[in-house]
Amino acid sequence: MAETLMFNALREAIDEEMAKDPTVLVMGEDVGHYGGSYKVTKDLYKKYGELRLLDTPIAENSFTGMAIGAAMTGLRPIIEGMNMGFLLLAFNQIANNAGMLRYTSGGNFKIPMVIRGPGGVGRQLGAEHSQRLEAYFQAVPGLKIVACSTPYNAKGLLKSAIRDDNPVLFFEHVLLYNLKENLPEGEYYLPLDKAEVVRKGNDVTILTYSRMRHHVMQAVKTLEKEGIDPEVIDLISLKPLDFETIGASIRKTHKVIVVEECMRTGGIGAEIIASINDRLFDELDAPVIRLSSQDIPTPYNGTLENLTIVQPYQIVEAAKKMVALKV
Amino acid sequence: MVQERALPKFQSSTAKVTREEGLRLYEDMVLGRLFEDKCAEMYYRGKMFGFVHLYNGQEAVSTGVILAMRPGEDYVCSTYRDHVHALSAGVPARNVMAELFGKETGCSKGRGGSMHLFSAERRLLGGYAFIGEGIPVATGAAFQTKYRREVMGDETADQVTAAFFGDGTTNNGQFFECLNMAALWKLPIIFVVENNKWAIGMAHERATSQPEIYQKASVFGMPGVEVDGMDVLAVRAVAQEAVARARAGEGPTLIECLTYRFRGHSLADPDELRSKAEKEAWLARDPIKKFAAYLLEQNLASQQDLKAIEKKIQSVVEDAVQFALESPEPKPEDLYKYVFAEDE
Ligand SMILES: Cc1ncc(C[n+]2csc(CCOP(=O)(O)OP(=O)(O)O)c2C)c(N)n1
Ligand SMILES: [Mg+2]
Repeated sequence: MAETLMFNALREAIDEEMAKDPTVLVMGEDVGHYGGSYKVTKDLYKKYGELRLLDTPIAENSFTGMAIGAAMTGLRPIIEGMNMGFLLLAFNQIANNAGMLRYTSGGNFKIPMVIRGPGGVGRQLGAEHSQRLEAYFQAVPGLKIVACSTPYNAKGLLKSAIRDDNPVLFFEHVLLYNLKENLPEGEYYLPLDKAEVVRKGNDVTILTYSRMRHHVMQAVKTLEKEGIDPEVIDLISLKPLDFETIGASIRKTHKVIVVEECMRTGGIGAEIIASINDRLFDELDAPVIRLSSQDIPTPYNGTLENLTIVQPYQIVEAAKKMVALKV
Repeated sequence: MVQERALPKFQSSTAKVTREEGLRLYEDMVLGRLFEDKCAEMYYRGKMFGFVHLYNGQEAVSTGVILAMRPGEDYVCSTYRDHVHALSAGVPARNVMAELFGKETGCSKGRGGSMHLFSAERRLLGGYAFIGEGIPVATGAAFQTKYRREVMGDETADQVTAAFFGDGTTNNGQFFECLNMAALWKLPIIFVVENNKWAIGMAHERATSQPEIYQKASVFGMPGVEVDGMDVLAVRAVAQEAVARARAGEGPTLIECLTYRFRGHSLADPDELRSKAEKEAWLARDPIKKFAAYLLEQNLASQQDLKAIEKKIQSVVEDAVQFALESPEPKPEDLYKYVFAEDE
C-alpha cells in the first residue's frame, strides 16, 4: 500500500501500459520534456524516448487526426489535451473520425485510442479554461466517455481505457489531481462501463460523477447527522450509462437526485432523466431533481464562480426535500 | 478567363516504361474513366444516391502516383472524390460499385457511400467527406511507420503514405499543420495536391494568396514540385522520386499536379461558372488520349492492344454493376453493427 497522488496514479497507469505494450504512446502538447501540464507524464520520455512521448506542435485538430491514423494502423495512442477545452479545436477529428469512422468504414478499421486530460471548473481559471465539455461530446456515436474521480479509479480506469479497442474520452478534473489515496500494490484494471456505488443507502439515490462526487460526499456527512441515508453512485461511465447499477438503486430508493458539473441544457443529467423516464418511470415516487451548473460561461469572479457550480449545501437541501416527501 | 499557368515541361523520353508497365498504366486510367462514366449513368438511373464526385480528367494523378507505390502495402488516403484512388489502390471494382449502390458487399459494407470508401486490406485509409480531415489521418499512418521502425525495431516498416486532396483544401489549417509535422519528424509521406483550378465554384486564384501551391513546401524545408497532372509519365516520375525519398527515411514531399475535372464538382453541380474555353482547352489535353498516343508512337502498344484493354475494362465495369445489382442490402437488424470495435 502506497499513498499516491491522483496525477501519479494516472502516471503509473500510463507507465505500466507502456512498459507492457510497445504500441502504446502518448502524444500532445508538452507531454514529453515538460511532463504534461499536470505532470501526469513527468519524466516518462526519459524512460521511453521522444517518439513514445511525442511533444507535438500546438495543432490540436491535426495531432488528434494523426493519433487516429496511427490507431487505424495498429498503434494505441493516448492523446493529452493540455486542457480538455483545447480539444474543441479537435472536435472534427474526435466526432467524425474517432467516433464515426469505424462505423462508416463498415468495420474496416478500429480506433483504439484514449483522449484524456484535465477538464472541469477549476479555481478562477476563466471561462475558456473552465469548460464542461462532457455534454458536448455525449451525442457523438462510437465514443466511450469516462470520468474518473479518485486516485484508485483513475489508475484502474485509465489502464482499461488504454486496453480498450474503442476511442475513449477520459475526463480528469483539474481540482482532483492532488487527491491522495492508498493504492493496491501491483496492477489492477477497473471496468469502463460500471458505475461505482460509493455509499450504500436506502432513502434517495444520488447520481453524480467527477469532482461533484466529492461535493456529494461532503453533503452526505451533513445528511447522515440528520438521519438521512442516501445511496451515492458515481456514474464513471458517462456513455454508455450503467443502467444496471442505476436501475437497481432506483428500484430500492424510488427517489433520484442528479448532481452534475456540466450545464443544465442538454447535459448528462438531461440524458439520465430521459432514460429513467423511458425505463423506470413507474419506480419513481417523485420527479427527479437535477442539480447542474448554470447555463452561463464560467465567470472569473470567485463568488460568481461558486454560484455557477453545485455546492454541497444545495445537495443537502435537495436530499432533505426529496426524503421529506410523503408518498 | 484567368490566364493559364504555364505547365512544367516533361521529357517523356526520359521516362523508362516497358510495354508491360505502359499497358498497366493505361489499363488503370481506363478503369478510372469507364468506372466513373458508369457511375454517372447509374446515378441518373437512380441506382446510387447522395453526392457523387467523379474523377474524370484527373486519372493521370491517381494512376501515376499509386502505381509508383506498392499498392496494398503502402497507404493511400483520399477525399470524397475517392472512387478512382480506391480502384488504383486495388479495391475491386465490384466492391466499390456495390458500396455506391449501398450494398452489404460494398467495401464499407454499404455504411459509407461514395465519399467514405475504405479498405483495410488494400490499405485505403479512407475517403473523407470533410475537406482536409484526411491529411492528419494520413500523417498519423506515416508516423506509425516511422514508429514501428524506430521504436519497435521493425526493419520491414518502410511503407509510404500518399495523401490526396484538392487545391481548395490547401487553404485549410490541417494542410499547413501536417506539412509542418511531417517535415519536422521526416515522415514517409507524400502530399499530393490535385490542383484542378476549382473548389466547387471558387476559382483557385480567388482563394489563395500564393496560387503556386508547390511553393508552400519551401517554408517547411520540404521539397515541393509541380507537375503536369495530365501526363501520367510525368506524374509517375515525380512520384517515384518522392516515394524513394520517403522510403529512404528522407522525409515528405509536396507534389502539386496541375489537372482538371471534366465534369461538374459533383453530379448535382450544374457547372455554370467554368468557361467553355477553359473546359475545351483542358479537354484537349485528355490524359488517356495523350498516353495512348505515346504508347503507339513509342511502339509500346498497338491499336488492337489498347482496344483489347478497353474491352476488358468495359466488362469489368459491367460485371461490377451486375454484382452490385445482385448483392444484398445490409440487414435492418445490423443497424447498430460496427459502432464499437467489438462488432466484427
Ligand atoms: C470542412 C468542409 N467544408 C466544406 C465542404 C464542402 N466542400 C466539398 S468539396 C469543396 C471544395 C473542395 O475543393 P478542392 O479541395 O479543390 O477539391 P476538388 O473538389 O476540386 O477535388 C467544398 C467547399 C466540405 N466538404 N468540408
Ligand atoms: Mg479543386
